[in-house]
Amino acid sequence: MKNSWTKTKFIMLMSVLTMFLAGCGENHLSTLKPAGEVGRQQFNLMVISIVIMILVIVVVTVAFSIAVFKSRRSQLGEDFKPKQVAGNHTLEVIWTSIPIVLLIILAIPTVYFTFQQGDTTEMVNAKGEANEDVTIINVTAHQYWWEFEYEHEGVVTSQDLVVPTGEKVFFNLKGADVKHSFWIPAAGGKLDTNVDGVNSFFLVFDDDKAQDADRLFYGKCAELCGPSHALMDFKVNALEKDDYEQWLADMKQIEEPIQADAGDAKEGQDIFNNSCIGCHAVTPTGAGAVGPNLTNFGDRELVAGILEHNKENLVDWIKDPESIKPGNKMTGKYQLNDEEIEKVAEYLMTLKVDEGTGDKSKLRESKDEEGGDK
Amino acid sequence: MAQVKGKKAGFGAVLWDYLTTVDHKKIAIIYLVAGGFFFALGGIEAMLIRAQLAVPNNDFLSAGLFNEVITMHGTTMIFLAAMPLLFAFMNAVVPLQIGARDVAFPFLNSLGVWLFVFGGIFLNLSWFLGGAPDAGWTSYASLSIASPGHGIDFYAVGLQIAGAGTLISGINFVTTIITMRAPGMTYMRMPLFTWTTLVAAILIVFAFPPLTIGVFLLMFDRMFGSNFFIVEAGGNTIIWEHLFWIFGHPEVYVLILPAFGIFSEIFSTFSRKRLFGYSAMVFATVLIGFFGFMVWAHHMFTVGLGPTANAIFALATMAIAVPTGIKIFNWIATIWGGSIEFTTPMLYALAFIPSFVMGGVTGIMQAAAPADYQYHDSYFIVAHFHYVIVGGVVFALLAGLHFYWPIITGTMLSEKLGKIEMVIFFIGFHCTFLIQHWLGLWGMPRRVFTYLDGQGYNTANMISSIGAALMAIAVIILLINIIKTLVKNEKVGTDPWGDGRTLEWSLPIPTPYYNFANTPLIRGIDALALEKEEGDGTIPAAGPVEAIHMPNNSFIPFMISFGLFVAGFGALYFASGKPWAIDAVANLPEKPWALYVLIAGLAITFISMGVRSWKDDLGYYIPKEELEADLRELEARERGAK
Repeated sequence: MKNSWTKTKFIMLMSVLTMFLAGCGENHLSTLKPAGEVGRQQFNLMVISIVIMILVIVVVTVAFSIAVFKSRRSQLGEDFKPKQVAGNHTLEVIWTSIPIVLLIILAIPTVYFTFQQGDTTEMVNAKGEANEDVTIINVTAHQYWWEFEYEHEGVVTSQDLVVPTGEKVFFNLKGADVKHSFWIPAAGGKLDTNVDGVNSFFLVFDDDKAQDADRLFYGKCAELCGPSHALMDFKVNALEKDDYEQWLADMKQIEEPIQADAGDAKEGQDIFNNSCIGCHAVTPTGAGAVGPNLTNFGDRELVAGILEHNKENLVDWIKDPESIKPGNKMTGKYQLNDEEIEKVAEYLMTLKVDEGTGDKSKLRESKDEEGGDK
Repeated sequence: MAQVKGKKAGFGAVLWDYLTTVDHKKIAIIYLVAGGFFFALGGIEAMLIRAQLAVPNNDFLSAGLFNEVITMHGTTMIFLAAMPLLFAFMNAVVPLQIGARDVAFPFLNSLGVWLFVFGGIFLNLSWFLGGAPDAGWTSYASLSIASPGHGIDFYAVGLQIAGAGTLISGINFVTTIITMRAPGMTYMRMPLFTWTTLVAAILIVFAFPPLTIGVFLLMFDRMFGSNFFIVEAGGNTIIWEHLFWIFGHPEVYVLILPAFGIFSEIFSTFSRKRLFGYSAMVFATVLIGFFGFMVWAHHMFTVGLGPTANAIFALATMAIAVPTGIKIFNWIATIWGGSIEFTTPMLYALAFIPSFVMGGVTGIMQAAAPADYQYHDSYFIVAHFHYVIVGGVVFALLAGLHFYWPIITGTMLSEKLGKIEMVIFFIGFHCTFLIQHWLGLWGMPRRVFTYLDGQGYNTANMISSIGAALMAIAVIILLINIIKTLVKNEKVGTDPWGDGRTLEWSLPIPTPYYNFANTPLIRGIDALALEKEEGDGTIPAAGPVEAIHMPNNSFIPFMISFGLFVAGFGALYFASGKPWAIDAVANLPEKPWALYVLIAGLAITFISMGVRSWKDDLGYYIPKEELEADLRELEARERGAK
C-alpha cells in the first residue's frame, strides 16, 4: 500500500507541475497570466518560490519514501531490533542550514519587490500636491459597488474602471462603509480599502496583454464585506493612452445630463429625476454620492456588476434589487410601478456617451478652473 | 470519591459523576464528547458550504445564510472542536506521561471544561435566536460593527466564556507540567507530547489575553456605546485586526504543536525507535512557539502597513520554516531504520508528513509579501490553511483518537475500519483542497457565497465538493467504528499496542482513578521502553505505597459556568433597543427582562464562587490498605493473563 501511495504522490507532483504550466486560467482574470509589470513581478516571485518549494517537497518525499519503504516491519520481521539513535549533529546542522540558504534566496527578491511595489512617491510632486504627470484614480468601495474618480480630470464614474495601458496607474483606495479589498487579479495583487484612511499603490496594464484579454479585465472585492461580497465585481477597460484620454474628454464634456429624445425614455427621465437622482448622478461629477454614477450607464459591460447588460436584466434589477444583490442599499428607497420601471430602464439604456466628441486638450485646463471643487 | 467497583451505576449516577468530576481522565472524556459534537457540527457546516459552491450561481444557501455558515464553521472548528479535542488528549495523557496523579488544579480543570461547553452552546444557540454571526471567524471590525442583529454579540460573548475556559486550562497545564513531574522526569526526559503541550499552554497564556481584550472592546462598541472601532467617532478598525492576529497566529501554533507532539509519539512507537534528535525537536518546538508571536502581521500584508512592516514580517515568517523543517527531517530520521508497523495512527502520521509539507511550503510562498498580495483572501489561502489544519491538526486528532482510545476507554477501535476511514479521509482531503490552490490563483476570492458561470471555476469547485463528501464518509465510518467498539466493549490490557514507550502505557487499563499507586521513578527518556530493554518492563517505584490525597468532586465549576451562560444572555439582550448601542442593536425591540437575567446569572456565578471560597474543601485520603489491595488484585489479574 505504501508503495502505490508513493507512486500516487509522484503522479500528483507531476500533475501539479503540468497543471501549473498548462492550466493558467483566463487571460482577463488569472494571476498566472500577468498583464503588467506589477503582476509579472509577483508572478516571478511565485515561480521562484514554487521552484524552491517543489525542491523541498521532492527532497522530503524521496527521503520519506525511502525511509518508509526500507523500514517496513513486514519486510524486516517481527524480531528486528532497530538501532536506537539519539541524534546526529551533522545532520541537524545540514537540515538547519540548507533551508536557511533557500530562504535567503527567496528573501532577497521578496524584500526588493516589497519596497519597489510599495513606492508611491511619484504620486506627489515637489510641492506635495498630486503629481499631474501620472494617472491617479481615487477608488471608493461601497457595499456593493465601486466608485472611480479621476484625480486630475475630476471625472467620476462607477463599476466600469477605464485605465490607460503602458504606464503606471496609481490608485488611492478607501472604503465608504465597511472594509473591502481592491483586486484585479490579472494586473496584480490586492490592497484593502480601509475605512480608516487612504491606501495607495500602482498597477500596470500592458497594451498587448490588454488586447489578449479583449481590453477587459475582471476586478473583484477580496474582503468579506457583507451578504453580496461575492457579487461585488467590476470591469477594467484598459485602453491605449489616446483612447483613454479621448474617453475622459468625452466624459468630461458632459456638463448637463444626456437628454432622452422622446417617448418612453423621455418619460423615464422625468421619473428618474423625481425618484432616483437623489442618489444617482447622471453627470460625471460629484464623487462620494450615495449610489453609483450613471452618466455612461448605456455603455456599461454589466448590470449591477454581474448581469448581462440588457434592458430585461435592468428591469429585474430595479424591480427587486434584493433578489439579485442581497443586502444592497437600494432596496426600498423608491416606489415605482412596473410601467415606470420599464420607462426608467429605457431611459438608462440611452445614457451613452458620444465617442470622440470631447476635446482632449481641455482635459487638464478645465480641472484648474474647477480647482476648488475637489 | 467512593467509586463502586464492579457494580453498574445508574445513568443518573454516572451523569452526576461526570457533572461534578475533577478527575482529568473523565474531564478528557467530556472534552472528547463535546469537542466531537462540535466537530460534527462544524463538519455539517463545511458540507453546506461545499454543497452551495459545487455549481455556479447556486441558490442552495442564501447569501446572508452562507456568511453565517462560514463564520460558524471557522469559529466552531477552531474554538469548539480542534482546541477542545486537543485538550481531551492533553487531559487524558499528559498527567500519565509525567507520572502525576492529576493536574495541578483539578477544580480549575473542571471549570475550564464547563466554561468551554457553555460558551460553545451559547454561541450555537444564535442559530435559533435571530441568526448566527456573519462577519467571518476573524470578525473584522468594520463589518462586525455594521452587522445587524445580535449575531456578532453571540460571537463575542460566547468566545469570551469559552476563551476564559481555555485560558484557565492553559494556566493549569503550564503549572502541571512544571510542578507535577514524577521523580526523575526532568525536562529533557519529558515525552514530546508533554513538551508540545507545555509550549502550547504557554502560548495560550500569552495569546488569549489579546483576544479577550479585542472581544471586550467589540462588545463595548456594540452594546455599550464605546467607540474603539467606530471610525466616525475617532476609532480605528485596524486595531481589531492587530489584536485578533496577535492572538490568531499563536493560536495556529497552539493547535499544531500538540499535533506535532502526538505524531512524535506515534512515529516513535510504531517504528520501535526512540525519537531522532530529541533535543533538536524540543528546541524547535520552543523556537516555533517563540517565533509564533512575531509574525502576526503576515495576515495583514494587504492592509497597507507599508513596505517596511511588510518586509520585516515577511522575513520573520520565513524564519519559522527553519524549526519546522528540523522537525520534519527528524521525524523522517526517526522512522529511518526503524521497524514500521502500519497501524491506523501510524498511517495518519505517515500521511501527515507530505500533506503538512505541502501546507507548509505554501505558507512560505505567502511569506513572500508581494506574491501574497495575490494569494491573500483568495482560495489559495483557504487551500493553504486547510492543508495545515486538516493535514496537520485533524490528522493528529484522528491519529490520536485511534492511538489513545485504549487509554481513554479501555477498548480498541477496529483497525480494519480505521484503515478504510484513513484512506478515504486522505483521498477526500487532497481532492478537496489541492485544487483550491488553483482556484485562488485563477482569481477566486474566498468567502464568496457563489461565483458566476464562465470564469473557469466550475470543474474545480465540483471536484472540491466531491472531496468534501469523501471526508464526510470517512467521518461516518469513524462514528460507526466508535459505536461498534463501545457496544462490543472488549476490554484490553496494559500496553495494548505492544510497543508503548512512554509512562502512560505502563499503567493498567482501565487506569485507576488515582493513576499511580506508587509514585514512579523515571530513569531516562522513553521510560517504559527503557525498562523493557534494561529491566523487567515495569516502572520502578520512587517510594513505598502511601495514602494518597485526592480532591473531592464538586458541582461548583458547573454552576459558575452556568451562571456566566445565563448572564451572557442578560448582557446581550440588555443592549437591545438601548439608544447608546450601535444602530444594528439599538434598532431591536427593548427587552426589559434582560437586566434581571444579567443580575441572576452573575448572582449564580458569584454565589458559587463564594461557596468555593468560604467553605473549606480539604479533599480526602485514599487509605494505604485500599491501594495495596488494588495492587494485589492487579498482580493476580496479570498472573492470570499469563
